[in-house]
Amino acid sequence: MHMRKSAIERWSKRAGGALALFAGVTLSAVASGPALAEGKQLTLCWAAWDPANALVELGKDFTKQSGIEMKYEFVPWTSYADRFLNELNSHGKLCDLIIGDSQWIGGAAENNWYVKLNDFFAKEHISMDDFVPATVVGYSEWPKNSPNYWALPAMADAVGWTYRKDWFARPEIQSAFKAKYGRDLAPPKTYDELKQIAEYFQGREIDGKKVYGAYIFTERGSEGITMGVTNVLYNYGFNYENPKKPYQMQSFVNSPDAAKGLEFYKELYKCCTAPGLTNAYMQEGLDAFKSGQVAMQMNWFAFFPGLYKDPNVGGDRIGFFVNPAGPKGHFTQLGGQGISVVATSDHKDDALAYIKWFAQPSVQQKWWQIGGYSALKAVVDAPDFPGSAPFAPQFLESMAIVKDFWAEPSYAQLLLDMQKRVHDYVVADKGTSQQALDLLVKDWTKVFKEQGKQVASQ
Amino acid sequence: MDKMTTIPHPDQARIVGIGELGKVHTRTRAAKRARGLSDRTMAWLFVAPTIALLLAINIFPLVWMIRLSFTSLNLSMSYLPLRFVGLDNFSDILSDEDIWIRLQTTAQFVIASVALQVVVGFGLALLINRRFRGHSFWTTIILLPMMLSPAVVGNFWTLLFQPQIGPFNYLVSLLTGVPPSSFSMTGEVALASWTIVLVDTWMWAPYVMLICLAGLRSIPDYIYEAAEVDRASSWRQFWSITLPMTVPFLMLAVLFRAIENFKMFDMVNLLTSGGPGSTTELVSITLKRAAFEKWRTGYSSALAIILFVTVFGAVNIYVKALNRVKQR
Repeated sequence: MHMRKSAIERWSKRAGGALALFAGVTLSAVASGPALAEGKQLTLCWAAWDPANALVELGKDFTKQSGIEMKYEFVPWTSYADRFLNELNSHGKLCDLIIGDSQWIGGAAENNWYVKLNDFFAKEHISMDDFVPATVVGYSEWPKNSPNYWALPAMADAVGWTYRKDWFARPEIQSAFKAKYGRDLAPPKTYDELKQIAEYFQGREIDGKKVYGAYIFTERGSEGITMGVTNVLYNYGFNYENPKKPYQMQSFVNSPDAAKGLEFYKELYKCCTAPGLTNAYMQEGLDAFKSGQVAMQMNWFAFFPGLYKDPNVGGDRIGFFVNPAGPKGHFTQLGGQGISVVATSDHKDDALAYIKWFAQPSVQQKWWQIGGYSALKAVVDAPDFPGSAPFAPQFLESMAIVKDFWAEPSYAQLLLDMQKRVHDYVVADKGTSQQALDLLVKDWTKVFKEQGKQVASQ
Repeated sequence: MDKMTTIPHPDQARIVGIGELGKVHTRTRAAKRARGLSDRTMAWLFVAPTIALLLAINIFPLVWMIRLSFTSLNLSMSYLPLRFVGLDNFSDILSDEDIWIRLQTTAQFVIASVALQVVVGFGLALLINRRFRGHSFWTTIILLPMMLSPAVVGNFWTLLFQPQIGPFNYLVSLLTGVPPSSFSMTGEVALASWTIVLVDTWMWAPYVMLICLAGLRSIPDYIYEAAEVDRASSWRQFWSITLPMTVPFLMLAVLFRAIENFKMFDMVNLLTSGGPGSTTELVSITLKRAAFEKWRTGYSSALAIILFVTVFGAVNIYVKALNRVKQR
């Protein structure tokens, strides 16, 4: 009897414990937010890179506030466009929110892949005037320069340069450079200066290691070489079309000045890059710079916070400069993306709630602090912004001189045509720069005609 | 009465009334069905799932693709009205100089890689066909590359060929004295095409070896014994016995490898992405770019049909030749 009683006591204690545990779990679930209890979830799609990790951190605040759990689908850059354009094309439901590339905006708007945000912005008092103009045109508007918004500028970005500040500062390197070129060794302001510096460092031995002058984009498969060469082409006089006659490309894309720019890029590639970088893009550039192989590196600003933190080449060892000017102007290639609500999403309201939350100045401020690049004027125009990071002044300067690739619905065809023509000339030594650009005009004309556009030849 | 009509035997129909006869016949048929299905029905039942699957995943997409090849469909601009363009896609492709260059590149790759694989594979088969110590171990080692995924092969050869840290360049440097970082196997026009041939041969020569080995093992010993009696030299035995009797197997190996290499994509895409420029852009890469990067669905469907017809026609001619050789 005694045994039986004790067994009953044990069981009742266990049952009591289990009940208490159950009650605790239930209470904590309720306390953590109503939406979590309802199992609300949003999937955000983007590329797998440093800023995406920062966004995951930032998103925790959204979950805390709204109770909506965030799930992420990050894809490496080399398959980012293939993967997500396929998803959008097939009206998939994988993504509720997408941070899509700037060039997708035309196709996304025309094909109704994204939700048009004008009414939402008006209702929530989100004004596009509060964002950096280049990012609004680049990431949100379609047609360009019209008040039709399909995205909120999410991640401002452009091409910039990093250099080995510690090497540049060495007295023996400084004096040898001055003796050779008659000027001080400093971050280049023009492409001619950049080439000179790159030639100077090419093959030089530093700390017992052979180093190379510059790292530039040469990737063939996705967008690499185009995103690299345009930084030179724009500054040599290349234009996508006649500003007065849309889609008239003859003498703008293939002008003699543009041909000179393409020739210059090839010369830079031949004279001053590390061997074997014939198909190299962002990651290869980071590897080359981090391993102390190159003196200067072309890459996206998005990577600069990570490079600055690098224990081997970051801190005092790294410097940043804006894409150098050319004989015909001073521009740089726009990168970055806007955030959009996918039209096929079953959770559009929650996705819009995320955008509303993301647009808040306090959130944008934090976004910049943890490694993202805000496009909100309140953040970037703040007096303390230039001093907030060593690359902040160059970022600001770059965002004022950006130009972007075509954002037409047929952008993928236009991009792949340019990849082919430029890579054929620069890396595979096929034909002349003029022939490459002439063929590019021919390719692009065909694409636009297929799209039903009127293409004037003169 | 009820009891009688429920017995499903035809003889018992005689003892029932005329009015009941129809009912009995019906019940008899039902009984037959319950007892078992006819052989023909059974056969159809067994084959039906396979036919349905084949129709769903092979025939229907093929018919759909043929239909699309006559349209202007571009999935990145699906808002544009779908136009019937007749044979425009086909004429565009066949008059495109670039496509012909891609076909030439593909043909060069197929011929060079298959030829090299046949030579290396046959040589290895002759070697492995001899009994020696560690024979099984070496056979396994030789077969390892073909067991790897092409994606893995593409990635690790990319590392091996890396001009600054890749062991391949250091090996060449050791043998020739050329500085290791002075050349790039995947990045130079003169070398890139040979690089993909080399890697493909490394991976697939063992496969050719297996087929050749089967051929060599099928030659009866008494033929060689007779040749020995006739005091034929080893060289003569090779030319008069070994080679002629393994030719059908070699031809089979050539057929399999040629078909595979014609549609080669993954390994080349990883090694060179078709570069430098378009030097190693095989037609399969062009097709992938047209279909899934440029989204030119109508155009790429037409290109796929052209390639299918080309391979199908070439294979048919080849198989006829193979049969003639076998009959000889």
